[in-house]
Amino acid sequence: MTRLLVEHLTIRLPRGADRENAIEDVSLSVAAGEILCVVGESGSGKSVTASAVMGLLAPGLAITAGRMALSGEELRGKSSEQWRSIRGRRIAMVFQEPMTALNPLMTVGEQIGEMWRVHLGLDAKEAARRAVAALREVSLPDPEGALRAYPHELSGGQRQRVMIAMALALEPEVLICDEPTTALDVTTQAQVLALIKDLQRRHGTAVMFITHDFGVVAEIADRVAVMRLGRVVEQGTAREVLTNPRHDYTRALLAAVPGLHAPPPRALAEEAVLEVRALTKTYASRGLFRRRKPVRALDAVSVTLRRGSTLAVVGESGSGKSTLARCVVGLLGADEGEVVIAGARLPPDRRAASRLVQMVFQDPYASLNPRRRAGAQVAQGPIAAGTPRAQAMAEARELFVLVGLDPESVDRFPHEFSGGQRQRIGIARALAMKPQVLVADEPVSALDVSVQAQVLALLRELQERLGLSILFITHDLRVAAQLCDEVAVMRGGVVEETGRIGEVFAAPRSAYTRSLIEAIPGRALFGA
Amino acid sequence: MRALKAYLRSPPALIGSVILLAVLVMGIGAHWFYPGDPLGLAGRPLQWPGQNPRFPLGTDSSGRDIAAQLFHGARVSLLIGFVATSIAAMIGIAIGALAGFYGGAVDTALMRVTEAFQTLPNFLLLLVLVAVFGSTIETVTIAIGIVSWPPVARLTRAEFLTLRTRDFVQACRVQGLSDAHLILREVLPNALPPVIVYASVVMAVAILLESALAFLQLSDPNVPSWGNLIGLGRNVLRTEWYVSAIPGVAILMTILGVSLVGQGLNDALNPRLASGR
Repeated sequence: MTRLLVEHLTIRLPRGADRENAIEDVSLSVAAGEILCVVGESGSGKSVTASAVMGLLAPGLAITAGRMALSGEELRGKSSEQWRSIRGRRIAMVFQEPMTALNPLMTVGEQIGEMWRVHLGLDAKEAARRAVAALREVSLPDPEGALRAYPHELSGGQRQRVMIAMALALEPEVLICDEPTTALDVTTQAQVLALIKDLQRRHGTAVMFITHDFGVVAEIADRVAVMRLGRVVEQGTAREVLTNPRHDYTRALLAAVPGLHAPPPRALAEEAVLEVRALTKTYASRGLFRRRKPVRALDAVSVTLRRGSTLAVVGESGSGKSTLARCVVGLLGADEGEVVIAGARLPPDRRAASRLVQMVFQDPYASLNPRRRAGAQVAQGPIAAGTPRAQAMAEARELFVLVGLDPESVDRFPHEFSGGQRQRIGIARALAMKPQVLVADEPVSALDVSVQAQVLALLRELQERLGLSILFITHDLRVAAQLCDEVAVMRGGVVEETGRIGEVFAAPRSAYTRSLIEAIPGRALFGA
Repeated sequence: MRALKAYLRSPPALIGSVILLAVLVMGIGAHWFYPGDPLGLAGRPLQWPGQNPRFPLGTDSSGRDIAAQLFHGARVSLLIGFVATSIAAMIGIAIGALAGFYGGAVDTALMRVTEAFQTLPNFLLLLVLVAVFGSTIETVTIAIGIVSWPPVARLTRAEFLTLRTRDFVQACRVQGLSDAHLILREVLPNALPPVIVYASVVMAVAILLESALAFLQLSDPNVPSWGNLIGLGRNVLRTEWYVSAIPGVAILMTILGVSLVGQGLNDALNPRLASGR
């Protein structure tokens, strides 16, 4: 039985946008007890589709054609009053970011209980009783304790479980999940995916699951719809689409998903260009009223990067990998231990350090100054170090060519570039200082898969041409396997395991590394 | 460019610009429209507007032409507003930028000074400054600038606090750039839009402060400011109320123009607000 039906839906963008329609002629259907995955890269219109179905279109967007139906009942043209009685009770939603989707000033119990009190008029006692049952169903370890907790006292995975419990509280006919696991660590993601699948099977809910990750699709989908630039380019059962894609775009997307196979090991130089020796960093508790336990972000961490090679530092959030990156480039001072680059300790002076080590940042949108021209941002480092302006600008143009950008685009502002292009500017900016070591902090995790593959290829090519030594921070083992020679697995500020990447991933010695590998979504399909 | 287009599309901003432009033309053209000393004796005192075609807005209790004073006053009021605002913005931005960028002890010290200024009612402080340093037009303008900077400093500091930890600023640190470059080239241009918008409020308040001083006859009596004219009209308020009312309306219109321009700037420089309308 079809629970949710979308037929020939077209939604117009406000004038002046990069295309006329956000989505065009989109037809989807989700039956009871079925999970439909809507996959696409950023800008494909997948989230707009979801918000239309929830009656939550952003101002400026308007439905111009098509229909939407919930269990046969037309949804288009409902008043906001009618929508309110539908949302939550008949269509529920789980958002990407569980921290911002929960009210920080209400306990978890009050927020879940609100669902029954508002929609069904139950009293507080009955609501609390049901809330405990709901939290037990999403396998929270201590449901009674969680009821009294505030959102910030729970971990990301626990918060997402609470969101799911809230969404399912009123037994909705349709559940919409908008990238619900994107902000979570891999091991937590695997648990949450299993939970969603288990719950929808037990309740027979129709689930529309929005994601950009084909690994997640392989784990959870019954049927798949692939979207591109506002159109559904391919739709079919998960098996069909994943193993025998018909559309070129689907094929390209699937090919861009990196496997966990490391390339054959290269001969590595003996010489260490970067040595981190017993580095310790503690975030102390500050302030009069907030006495927290000091957090040990790095606990006697020692790693070695060989000249001309790439060392991956992998780990989940809170493992200390980003702190390590910031200590290595000198943005953070360590409490103990030392960072040695090319035989000398990292100098505290910024200008001297800038010739030894450079950094590529995670978010290509935040890491460029929106009000300065791209070329100037690349050339400013060398200019400050004493290179004449004309020569620095000429070098910036050469670097633009090197990273695959038009040299004439040095005069453009950052907003005129796409995300992938901006990340190339970030790389050019780091290379402009001709550093001994390049630290890349999650350089591809904010990018779409296809762009991700291009940037990884660029880094590999640059390494071959320039003999770069790269410290590559990532949470994604598949990305690490693509590029890196050696790996250090971190957990809770401690290095769990190091070694050649092929050996570590093929035969992990630590149980933690093994659990990370097993949690990678879609392993069966994309190989491990 | 986008900001300019958004600005020109907003009707309040256009109306505000037209009003301000009119006041500006009045001020600049004062010598051309009314040559000679506006404070000189022109005719019989206290003639109502329209009574004598030579004085379309009448004369005040000393027999001076109100229209001439109004035109010359526009120049004085705008100049006081503009210069005082510049002084306040310079002090406020410098202190806010240093406090926000360095944080810690520097921030604590500079913010305590700012709070010391803020806890005093600024008109009271202005009266003290004028009493101590005298009431020539220069000292009045500087004094208004000195009492108006604390909110600018707080606003600048708040912007710097959020901007200094952004990745692009960190990237510049890694590139080995100096603090001066970071503050002036990287952070300040991004922190400026809300400060510019707030400057319109400072300007409006500066014009009002000068008028209030003049009303108490503590401003420079040798310049034809609107406030002076209102102060002179006070004695004949019950019978010849137009002497105070005419410059009052001029002040009202100017403040309205400045506020509308500020509002328009805010919408234009803050794209999230503009698109939500």
